[in-house]
This record gives sequence, structure tokens and C-alpha cells, in this order.
Amino acid sequence: MASLIDKIIGPRVDQTDLAKNGLRYGTPGFLLLIARVLLLVSLFVPFWHMELVAPQYPDNLHLVAYVTHLSGDVAEIDSLNHYIGMRPLEEAAQIERSIGVYVMILFVVLLEFASWIHSRWAVLFILPVLFFPAVFLIDLHLWMSHFGQNLDPDAPLSNSIAPFVPPVLGTGMVGQFKTVASPGLGLILSTVASAIMIIALFFHRRAYLPLVKAKKNTVPS
Amino acid sequence: MTCTRFGYRAMLAASVLAIGTASSAWAQSMNDVQRVAKERGLSTADLLAAAKTFTPTGKIDEYLIFSSGGHSGQVFVIGVPSMRLLRTIAVFTPEPWQGWGYGVGNEILAEGNVNGKENLWGDTHHPALSETNGDYDGEWLFVNDKANARIAVIDLRDFETKQIIKNPLFINDHGGTFVTPNTDYVFETAQYNVPWGAEYAPIEDYNDSYRGAVTMWKFDRKKGRIDKSKSFAIELPPYWHDIADAGKLVSDGYFFLNSINTELATGGIEDKKPPFEAGVSKNATDYLHIINWKKAEKIFQAGNTTMIEGFPVISLETSIAEGLIYLTPEPRSPHGSDVAPKGDFIVVSGKLDPHTTIYSFAKIQKAIANKDFSGTDDYGLSILNFDSVMEAQVEVGLGPLHTQFGPDGYAYTSLFLDSAVARWTLGGSYGKGTPEPDWTLVQKTPVHYNIGHLGAAEGDTVSPDGKYLVAFNKWSVDRFFHTGPLLPQNFQLLDISEQGTEMPVIYDMPIGNGEPHYAQIVKADKIKPWSVYPEIGWDPMTQAVDPWAPRPGTERVERKADGTVEIYMTAVRSHFNPERITIKQGDKVIWRITNTERAVDATHGFAVPQYNINLSLEPGETAKFEFVADIAGTFPYYCTEFCSALHLEMMGYFLVEPKD
Repeated sequence: MASLIDKIIGPRVDQTDLAKNGLRYGTPGFLLLIARVLLLVSLFVPFWHMELVAPQYPDNLHLVAYVTHLSGDVAEIDSLNHYIGMRPLEEAAQIERSIGVYVMILFVVLLEFASWIHSRWAVLFILPVLFFPAVFLIDLHLWMSHFGQNLDPDAPLSNSIAPFVPPVLGTGMVGQFKTVASPGLGLILSTVASAIMIIALFFHRRAYLPLVKAKKNTVPS
Repeated sequence: MTCTRFGYRAMLAASVLAIGTASSAWAQSMNDVQRVAKERGLSTADLLAAAKTFTPTGKIDEYLIFSSGGHSGQVFVIGVPSMRLLRTIAVFTPEPWQGWGYGVGNEILAEGNVNGKENLWGDTHHPALSETNGDYDGEWLFVNDKANARIAVIDLRDFETKQIIKNPLFINDHGGTFVTPNTDYVFETAQYNVPWGAEYAPIEDYNDSYRGAVTMWKFDRKKGRIDKSKSFAIELPPYWHDIADAGKLVSDGYFFLNSINTELATGGIEDKKPPFEAGVSKNATDYLHIINWKKAEKIFQAGNTTMIEGFPVISLETSIAEGLIYLTPEPRSPHGSDVAPKGDFIVVSGKLDPHTTIYSFAKIQKAIANKDFSGTDDYGLSILNFDSVMEAQVEVGLGPLHTQFGPDGYAYTSLFLDSAVARWTLGGSYGKGTPEPDWTLVQKTPVHYNIGHLGAAEGDTVSPDGKYLVAFNKWSVDRFFHTGPLLPQNFQLLDISEQGTEMPVIYDMPIGNGEPHYAQIVKADKIKPWSVYPEIGWDPMTQAVDPWAPRPGTERVERKADGTVEIYMTAVRSHFNPERITIKQGDKVIWRITNTERAVDATHGFAVPQYNINLSLEPGETAKFEFVADIAGTFPYYCTEFCSALHLEMMGYFLVEPKD
């Protein structure tokens, strides 16, 4: 067990090397720290916006998705959606929103672990966090297509609107509404965090791969 | 050096070129303007007036007029400078668009019952916005009903009437409503006097049995209601009391009240006695009443009052003994009594005297202190020597009525007989604000026609804005298309932003839905209205959430043990829930309905035929109405406010099964 943990953590850096090449060994950990901060901040800011544009709403209708909840003109959008038989927005992604905070904390912990690991196992800890923005958008798209394609056939205007899937980013049309979906600050921050993680992995490899190789060479197989 | 000079030339050439290009683009559009002006016969002055008033779509007005509706019993809200009617506020009169009296506001209308009898109209005269330190605060509006001596309280968060209070002592109150500088009191004065409580007494007993009075209604700002238990009245001689204005700043604590018919005429044209119009105008002067209301409040609080009709009244004897009321002569049959912005002058115009008379508050105080009296009236009130209290008289024109003020030392007086607005200069500390000499007529702008009151922007507060003035004209004669023999009144907007003689009429607005008297003009950004009610289930009568309000998921029809049927209904685009209600003939119905919308302007109506029900339910509002379903039948109820694409489908059936 101890040897497995040792194997995962990888080679230790000796003190004189660390003192001499502090920047080289510190960079990946520092970058992952930035990524963790960005992810924590993104928890508190909107991840995604949808703006609904129609003549009778001069200020437009707004839907704002956070990792944890929805806000904006949810009631008004639901009240319009009932005409076409769409389920209330609150019923979408309930599990995702309820575990959002814990997942984010888990991500932070994973990145924390990753910064202590000097072997290639670090990739395993970083990858799930790295793909988070993409997973968020895919999940959102799946919910939107599920909602848009499963309209109540008994709704008042069910005959006048064909099932639809508004684009998860960019513009679309539903009835008299133009939909304009755009990433929120949270999604941008988490995407930047992902980019930083890739850079961190690069510096991680540059710092620790020589140590791993050196260790391999000194230990007889 | 040459280089610099060349640089200058180049710049000059470039700027000439730029001006040339710009002016050709400008000329193009101005050509269009000139072409249209020519086609429509508009002068340059007309175009300028249009430019000053035209308010393109999406732009909001800078000021709001709160106007009485006269015997429409309503209040009108009008934007300035566009002069667009924004809203009618139902007050004393049922009004179906707002549901007022058709299921909404019925209890409030019933507060206005006169001796238990419904009086479903009013004669609104003088609206008063609530004030803080003598300036409009945009929170409340009060208005009187002259016909039955009632006062209404309107909440400017939702522009709805919240209270109607009937005066227990008198039945006619032209003089109302006026507020003290912090809206501690809203006061009201009797005009056509009657014995206390409007009980019977022969007209021959006029001098002894008929009584005048001013009622000081205590306003509880927190509750948004007049508190009758903390209100009182001051007995006055049976002169016809007219308009008053509360003192402010230096004169805070006093108010100044006009009177006519100090002759105590009682008419009798049928018996060859002088008709009122002659008898009332016989004397050259009437009395300006100077009343110390803060002292009166102390006397009331000390309990030195007589209960009359269950209401505390400070008797004339007490007033005389305590020095509460002083009189001074004023030109006969005056209409306006208006306190200048600093509270130092009181302007009174007798409509049969071409002068406006200005009294000095400092001189009044001095005369009171020195007991500088010219005598007493028949009821024992001391009369201050006119020459001791008068500051100035300005000849303004024929039929001067009411005065408003500008920020710069100008005063504006309406001239009924001249059909004009006079601009004249104040003296004293105001004198420096104007280029003209003190106490001088500067300009008379004709208006069309027969102006009554006038209103300048915040022109009766401690800080008038100037800029706009509206002439509230009684007759329009030839200004509009003749809609049969009943013609609209004419609100004329004047631009008073320039000094001197420049004071043109820039807009005519027909009032085809009432006969306004006074109006106040307030900066629009002082009013902070709700766009939707704060929460779903809001009761506008209590301005709080009603715990009984139906909510989504709680809709039901309940039959109580006593046979009462309670209906809990919600309304949202585009359905009512429930949609089918079956009850038995003779059932008592208590119907509650909530509009659960949160979108601005998503108002629903709710009409039930046969039973005279029609509500306006604004977003979030809940309403409750009751009736006995005494007529069996099939009654489709529906939404009366075009709410949505499926508005027609927003209906249901109310089925009343016959008794057997």
C-alpha cells in the first residue's frame, strides 16, 4: 500500500535541487493553484446566459444558469413555455444543480492532490476537471433538446410549434423569440482554468519527467 | 512661422469644408421640416413649440400633473411637456376599467356613504401632494369632494385610492385639500354652510344656526390613513370659506384662509330678495383668516374642545380667548390665497378687483403683537388693520384668481376675465431674481379661454422649478372639434423658462373626461411607483400579502358548513383556475382571485355577467368580493383585459343550479 502511494506520488525532489530550481518545480503547482481559485470564483458567478428577444419585451427576457441554480425571468419564461407544453425550467438538471457545489469542491481537492503528485498519475486527477466546461455545455445541450423535443401534446399551442433545440451557444429562433445564448463569466473562468491546467501539465512533465527517468535508471529492474 | 500659418489655413479650410458638409445634410432635413410646415401652415413659433413638447416614442415625461377631475370624481395624471393623459385614478366614482366599485374598492367607496346613503360620485377640486419640509415628497395624494365634504387618500406607489373620509360637521368643502409642510395635517374648510351635521334649520336662522369650520385631519403616514381619532375642527363664522394655503418656513404653524359672503347673504331671488350672486358681492372687502394651527393643535391636545357630531371642535369663544384666529380685510370675493416660496408673503386676489394684494407675514405678526386692530366682526373676531399688514398691491388685470411662483422671483396669476396669465415680480428678498422692478406686471399671455386655476412646476412649494406652467382653462370654445354641445376643457402649456415677456403657449390639451379645477405639477422622478405588486397575493387595501390569497396549487371551491361557498381562484396567461364552478341558487359566494403574474403590464380583468362584477387584477394582486347568487343560470366569466394571444380562451363557466 505504502509502495503504491509512493509510486503514485512519484519521485521526491531533493532539497538542493529544489533550492536551485525552485521555479521549475514550483510552476505546475502554482498554475494549478490559479486554476483552483478560478474554479472557486466561478461557483459564484453565472455560467451561462440566454436572452430571449421579442417586441413586447423591450428589456428582453433573461435566463441565467449558475452551477447551483437558475435565475432571471424564470417565472415569465415558464409562463410562456406552458403555451407550447414545455416543462418548467426548475425541473431541468436538478441533480446537477444539487451536487454542483460538492463537485466543485471535489475538483479543487483533485487539483490540490495533483499538485502534490510528481508522476504521470497527476494527469488522472486533472483530466476530469479539465473537461468540466465541455461536460457542462454537453449536459446543457442534452437538457435543452430533451425539453425542446418532449413537449406536452395537449398544450394550448402544441400544434403551432414543432419540437426544437435552441443552440447552446449562439442565436436561434423559437416562435417570435430570438434566443441568444452566451457563456457566462463562470464558464469563461473554468475554460481559462482548463487551459491553465494544460499548461500546468506541460510544466509538470518538464519538471518531473527527468526525475522519474532518473529514478528508473537508478533502481535495478 | 510659414509652416504654422499654412497649418492654420489648412485647418480653416478643413473646418469650412466640414461645416459645409454638415450644413448640407442639415439643410436637407430642415427642407423637409419646412415643406411639412408649409403644407400644414405652421409658423416658426409653432415648430419651436412642437420641438419643446413633442415626446418621441420611448421617451418619458419630465413632470407629472395631478389634476382633479371636477364632477367626474376622479384624478387625472398627465405628462409634461407631452401633455399626454397617462392615467385616470378612480376616487369617489365607480370606474369599471380599474374595477373600482365593481368588486374592487367597494369597501372604500362605502366609507364615503353620507348618513348611510351611497353617494357614488364626487366633485374633486384641489389635489394636494404630500410634502416634507414644504416640498413635494411624491408619496401620497389627497383630494376633496366638494359636494359632500369628503377627503380621499391616494397611495402613489400604486396610484389607488386607499381611504375616503366623510366630514361629520359639514356637507360642502370647496376649500380642500391643503397639507401642512410635513403633512402632519390635511385640512378642509366648509363653503356652503349648514347647521352642524347638515341637520335641518330654517334659512332664516342662518346667522345663529349655520356654522363654518375648518377640519384638521391628522395624517398617519406610516399607516397611510387619516386618523380620525387624532383630528379636530375649528369653528368659524358662517362666511363661505374658500381656499387656504399653509404657511411654510417663517410662517410655518399658520394657515391663511379666504372667505366670501361675509355679508351673510341667504339668497331668495324667488321672494325678490337679492340673489346670492349680488348679496355675496355687496361689500368691498371680505376677510382673510389668519389661523394659528399649531396653537390650535395644543388646545385640542389639552382637551379644550366641544364634542359636536362625535367630533372635537374648538369653539369660536375659545379661539377668540386664545388668539387663534385673526381677520384682515381682503378684496371682495377672492379665490386664491397663496403663500410665497419663502413663506414671507401671502398673495390674495379678489376676482372683482384688478389688483392682487400681497400681505407680509412679518407685518401680520407685528400687528397681532401690537393689537393693531381696526375692529371686530359680528362674531367677535379681531380684524387686523389692513394698512398695517399689506405689503404691496399689483395691478395685474381683470378677474385675478390664483397665484403660483417661479424659482426666480416671478409670480404668475390667472386672470379669468382677461383670459390671460399674468407674470409679475415679487419684491423684498425676491427682487434681485428678476431684471424688472419689484411689484410690477411684466407680461400677460392670452390663454383660451376663461382660465381658472393655474399650475407652475412645483409652483406652490418652497422650491418652485419654473420651466412649465399650465393654464387650466374652463372653456375651449373654438380650440377643438365640436364634439356636440359639450366641449372639453383646455389645458394649455406655457413655456416660462425665459425671463421677461417671453412666455408662449406651446401646447393645447383637451380634457374630454371631466372638469378639472386645481392641479399640482411634480418632478416625475420624485414618484417611486411599483411596476408590479411586490409579491404574489398582494392586497392593495392593506398593502401587504393577504394570507388568504389563492396561490398556484391551492385553487379550490369549498362549501362551508353554513352554506357559504368560498372560491379560491388564480389567473395567469391564459387561464383561470378553476374553470368550472357549480353552486346552488341562493348560495352566498366569497370569491378570491389572485393574478400570479410577475411580468410588467400582465394585468387580467375578471368579469362575471349578471352579478355586476368586473375587476382589474394587476400583476401580483389579489381581490375578494362577495355576493349572493340569487339568480340561477349559466354565466361565462372571462378576462376583460386583452392579456395574451389566447386571451379569448381565458374564461370559465359559473353555473348556478336552480333551487328546485
